[in-house]
Amino acid sequence: MEDLSRPADAALVRQLAADLDAAFPSLVADQQDRLFTIAVRVLGNRSDAEEAAQDAFVRAYRALAGYPAERIRELRLRPWLTTIVLNVCRNRTRVRRVATTELAFEPASEPVTDPFATRHARDLWARLLSGLPPAQRTAIVLRHVDGLSYTEMAEALGRPEGTLKAQVHRGLAALQTAFLAAQRREREEMTA
Amino acid sequence: MNPNATPSMAASAPDLAVVETALAKLTETAPGGLAHSALVAVGLADDYTVLDSPIGPLWIAWNGRGVAAVESAPDDRAFEVRFQARTGRPIRRVESLPVDLARAIDRRLGGDRRARISLDYRGTTEFEQAVWLKALEIPRGEVRPYGWIAAEIGRPKAVRAVGTALGHNPFPLIVPCHRVVRSDGTIGQYSLGGPTNKRAILAAEGLDPDELERLARAGVRYVGSDTTHIYCLPSCHNARRIQPKHRVPFGSLASSEAAGYRACRECRPSAARFVAA
Repeated sequence: MEDLSRPADAALVRQLAADLDAAFPSLVADQQDRLFTIAVRVLGNRSDAEEAAQDAFVRAYRALAGYPAERIRELRLRPWLTTIVLNVCRNRTRVRRVATTELAFEPASEPVTDPFATRHARDLWARLLSGLPPAQRTAIVLRHVDGLSYTEMAEALGRPEGTLKAQVHRGLAALQTAFLAAQRREREEMTA
Repeated sequence: MNPNATPSMAASAPDLAVVETALAKLTETAPGGLAHSALVAVGLADDYTVLDSPIGPLWIAWNGRGVAAVESAPDDRAFEVRFQARTGRPIRRVESLPVDLARAIDRRLGGDRRARISLDYRGTTEFEQAVWLKALEIPRGEVRPYGWIAAEIGRPKAVRAVGTALGHNPFPLIVPCHRVVRSDGTIGQYSLGGPTNKRAILAAEGLDPDELERLARAGVRYVGSDTTHIYCLPSCHNARRIQPKHRVPFGSLASSEAAGYRACRECRPSAARFVAA
């Protein structure tokens, strides 16, 4: 069934079904920031994330090349690509046996005009997010960073919406607590 | 509370709305090269670099399906324009070849025919591919006539079409079309800068093009050995091992067969029987 909630995606899916090679560059252009963002927030590292996003596009292309046109027309693009990029990220962390929460977080490259305070806050929230347990972190990234609906998340992750809502709820509460703790630490350091 | 607030500016747990606003700012912009690299990987765009070679700089393009072009060009722009006109794909210059591809090309140009190099055959015909695959079988330091390729691929009358297919070879050097010469034994044309370059490459591979043409002018098409009674094409490595005192020149297949000689099983000279040009 066509994705009524995302008319632009539905149009792109029709183009992909009609001529994959002609439409695929548009898919990459439309979705590269999303997939890269998800990968950065899940892996916590920009160069790994770049490779993961690229790998996800390659897998998506190969899958689409093997699908009949009807199956492509029924795709809901965002959840489908999200599943792919999350699988790639999971495989990368599994192969490397790296606990992503232990990775030092690389500050995002911001324009130099960005006020220091904004960048500091952004880095702080990114670091707090990377400290969440993986399931909560993924749910928060998809819901609040990427902006997927719970229906789309359920499709991408293959879990019931209720479970995901609970994970997001717990994750947000954990972030509130972590933010408070970070505030206290910083204040202690300033007064020490 | 301001979602940009730093810890030193606030003392209480932030509202959920504040957390959600801060999270929404954690989006990233993909690095500049990501989209192009993804398209290169699936073969919808290409990378290229410029390599030094004995015949001057060569522009080489590739994507996830294989090498897409080897050309000489006056400059990057000219190469890009020509490549895009032929393929319709975007192309980007990069520092160097992927390591595996560089190693495979080195091995192939060094004479190792087993070095695997994927080639992007899109836009080419089955006939052209058959011609190029056959040219790949010719060992370094040897040459075969156009008619030999035509006969070996089962299209003995398509000698002229073989010449055209070799002239359109998008992967010269990697597919050694320089090892295919005119059926009268002269060196013939070459897509990568003309006959001078063809002679230079053949000489670099250990063949003496002048000697080859001298033999051709003298009417020698095949060389036999009076010890084995086997005859070869003149550049076959088996022919080149025959000592001068045992060398027997032949001007035609008929004369070599009439003398009781059989064809070498490696260079298969009788495949060139159907020579038209």
